[in-house]
Amino acid sequence: MPVDSLTGDVREKVDAWLESLLEPNLRDNLDVLCPSRNDYGYDPFGFNPDYLKYLLPFATLLYRKYFRAEVFGIERVPEQGRVLLIANHSGQIPFDGLMIGVSMLVDRTPPRMLRSMVERWLPTLPFLSYLFPRWGQIVGTPENCRMLLEQEGAILVFPEGVRGSNKTFDKRYQLQEFGSGFMRLALEHRVPIVPVAVIGGEEQIVSLWNAEKVGRLVGMPALPIGPGLLFGPLGMVTPLPTKYRIYYGEPMYFHGESDDDDRAISEKVDEVKRVLDLMIHDGLQQRNGIFT
Amino acid sequence: MSRRRRRERVIITGINGNLGRRLARRLHRSCSVIGIDRRPARDLPKDVEFHQLDLRRRKTENIFRTARADAVVHLHIMHDPRATQEEAHGLNISATTKVLEFCAHYNIPKVVLLSSADVYGPVPHNNQFLDEQSPLLGASDFGDIRSLIELDMLASTFFWRYPSIETVILRPVHILGGVSNAASNYLRMKRPWTLMGFDPMVQVIHVEDVVAALALALKPGVKGIYNIVGPGEVPLSAIMKELGRHTLSIPVPLAKAALKLFWRFKLASFPAPELDHIRYICMVDGSRAKAELGFAPEFALQETIRAVEDYWR
Repeated sequence: MPVDSLTGDVREKVDAWLESLLEPNLRDNLDVLCPSRNDYGYDPFGFNPDYLKYLLPFATLLYRKYFRAEVFGIERVPEQGRVLLIANHSGQIPFDGLMIGVSMLVDRTPPRMLRSMVERWLPTLPFLSYLFPRWGQIVGTPENCRMLLEQEGAILVFPEGVRGSNKTFDKRYQLQEFGSGFMRLALEHRVPIVPVAVIGGEEQIVSLWNAEKVGRLVGMPALPIGPGLLFGPLGMVTPLPTKYRIYYGEPMYFHGESDDDDRAISEKVDEVKRVLDLMIHDGLQQRNGIFT
Repeated sequence: MSRRRRRERVIITGINGNLGRRLARRLHRSCSVIGIDRRPARDLPKDVEFHQLDLRRRKTENIFRTARADAVVHLHIMHDPRATQEEAHGLNISATTKVLEFCAHYNIPKVVLLSSADVYGPVPHNNQFLDEQSPLLGASDFGDIRSLIELDMLASTFFWRYPSIETVILRPVHILGGVSNAASNYLRMKRPWTLMGFDPMVQVIHVEDVVAALALALKPGVKGIYNIVGPGEVPLSAIMKELGRHTLSIPVPLAKAALKLFWRFKLASFPAPELDHIRYICMVDGSRAKAELGFAPEFALQETIRAVEDYWR
């Protein structure tokens, strides 16, 4: 049908244009990002690197121009093999996850695809429910994480979860309670842990109060209330152009039984937390201002 | 002659179904096949001993008593969502109970039952791949699959109660090919609905591969529950594209309301809760069948998807 072929043509042109916007280093390496693709281009989790062109041009723009991200120590992330990246979570909307992911793709040669564990309610959201998997993000169940680690993947985990991302402004850069699931997985699969400190995310959207209960009513894990609301509801989802600094730490190796009792596990979790806390502290010392 | 091993004897219930007939064709050269079905015989190999019977009738017991069967493959399970609860329940549960009873009573050493991966249910927080121990959540808001789950559990209980009998439950993913089931019928529609903003990954398997898995389940020593997966995972949209379907993308609340109405007036062949199958993932991990049954699908992904267009009745 003519209409179909017309829209097909337009689509092809847009696709080609978007692809040309990808950084050359990445464009040539798309296949490397996902070794287990089937005939249709998808991996078992629904990741298809071809879909990255709908995200990365914009994400890279955010990364380079808007947040002017600066990266330190990215070479500490092993080039291959299973690895867990453990980062502090902040900023109401998970731009921190996106920025860490982008840094691994555009500021690292060769690029490495990060798979992050996302909230379990994501599959209920229209469009995001399939776009996130296409971009390599997975629903955060231990079983999913285990499977990706066995495929030698690099996985980003925010052990604080929404406790970290939705904390109010007075608690900025204070690590909240860590979940311990990542440590059990690390022990079980002998995975090195790379701590990642993100500076600049906390100030992107300021929240003074978390109307959690109201949020739950509409099916969201949190509902931040802050000065952004003076500009309407969009004010709470539009980040300020704070400067992002991403610090990668030395890989940490842990040994022990994965089914040890909670105390033994939480001691190890606390060690990661301590290192991350120090990195955040150093990062804050080094910066001169929130926007510069 | 007498020194040769006795030919294995296999009873297939529901032999006139699309799966039963295929299984009979695969087995009849190596085993003696005894078929039972309510429907009249059609295109069965000549050497199949066929009985047109309702499984719940007394005569059925005679067959089990005299057959000295080595195995029973129970395929006589109704998957018609239009059937009333009583009808489905009557046929599925009571017939299965009977079959299991006979197996226990007449010491038939193996019983194979075909369930479905749908029993796990499409639930948003599902693991990407569910193993055999995952809870069966399929019934939470869809009544029809309840009888299939009940049946699956009936067989699991039987498995524990009679450890000397090798009970095998197969849970295959969506079966495509010359069959009539919800997944195939949906994919055969000219303008299938999809849900706006949802495009779950799905697993499909060719009907011949399921038949191969059934045959493997007959091997001595095999028992337990096995997920049976096909050649891979693809998004629903990729299947539609492969089949050249133009889909109609409808927002979820609208689709639910419309389907409920259509279903009530018998204009649709799918009840509204089935929409969750094209909304959330329900995929299974087939590694156990691979390791213990040695099962690997023969049909590639593209062949499996295209098989939707195969002749069926």
